Amino acid sequence: MTTLSADAIRAETITIAGHGGDEIEAYRAVPLAPGSRGGVVWIHHMPGYDRETKEFVRRLAVAGYNAVCPNLYSREAPGADPDDAAATVRAAGGVPDDRLVGDVAGAAEYLGGLDGANGKTGVIGHCSGGRQAFLAACSLKLDAAVDCYGAFVAEDPPDGMPASMKPILGLAPDLSCPLLGLFGIEDRYPSPEAVAKLDAELTRLGKSHEFHSYEGAGHSFFSVDRPAYRVEAALDGWRRISDFFTKHLEG
Amino acid sequence: MCTYLTEKVDVDGSGKGATGWFGASEATVYVDHPVHAPYGHTVNIDVLNPALGPSARVALELTEETALALAEAIHRAVASAPAGLASKNQSV
Repeated sequence: MTTLSADAIRAETITIAGHGGDEIEAYRAVPLAPGSRGGVVWIHHMPGYDRETKEFVRRLAVAGYNAVCPNLYSREAPGADPDDAAATVRAAGGVPDDRLVGDVAGAAEYLGGLDGANGKTGVIGHCSGGRQAFLAACSLKLDAAVDCYGAFVAEDPPDGMPASMKPILGLAPDLSCPLLGLFGIEDRYPSPEAVAKLDAELTRLGKSHEFHSYEGAGHSFFSVDRPAYRVEAALDGWRRISDFFTKHLEG
Repeated sequence: MCTYLTEKVDVDGSGKGATGWFGASEATVYVDHPVHAPYGHTVNIDVLNPALGPSARVALELTEETALALAEAIHRAVASAPAGLASKNQSV
């Protein structure tokens, strides 16, 4: 009998029930070896449900988690190329916050129903997904949340932004789980001042959180396919994500 | 940074996208991360027809210098032709 290696995974596109029971596309990756496993919902960045995001999802499965990324643009652009889908949703004003929460809730419910699910669920997102990870963690009962350079959590957006892109610092009292925040000091959105404001509010509220801001890094420093990639920040960030999920999702 | 800020304008004409020519109905212009251009941010211009679906799209990702140069070139090209030659109300 062949023993499944720890890094054997199955990764594929599936359909899950999202906000309002809508059937939406999602990408899942799960370990093949049996075991008790935490689940992670990956929230893709504003440029969409792209190849690099799917690589992140597979990485989490190799690390031992059941992972799923809902396609937040599934309704407006089913089957479209990720960049075309992102352009369509941008032109339509973006993803409404309540729909995002419903889609993450659907993804979390899906993870909870998988064989070996240990009942613990985390959420992680980059860029707009960082803000949405915080939003989800303040709206749903979760066990861990990672905000990678999400803007417009604590700061007002520039003039002309869609009304849906409002600050959500007021939700902080409802944060349901520990929060790991990873930021670049050279980022303008969120700026170091905005990160400090969120940090201070979470401290004031006694909310468990751990923030790291990297020198020489700006926005998107995890994106291996973009010039903003910063290898030292990304490597340290991945190490901290791994430690954080080990602490809060395993068992 | 994701600026999200999007300028939108109605357009009348055609564009050629991944699936061939299509009638265009609107264009959007915004500064944000590019998908392909080797920069952190670019001026992104999409010529679209939402009624035909997300793939009815011509996309540009330009540096701000070249995007502005393109805008000026459009003005020069139109100014150098007889007034109204390319207008919606042109005589054919």
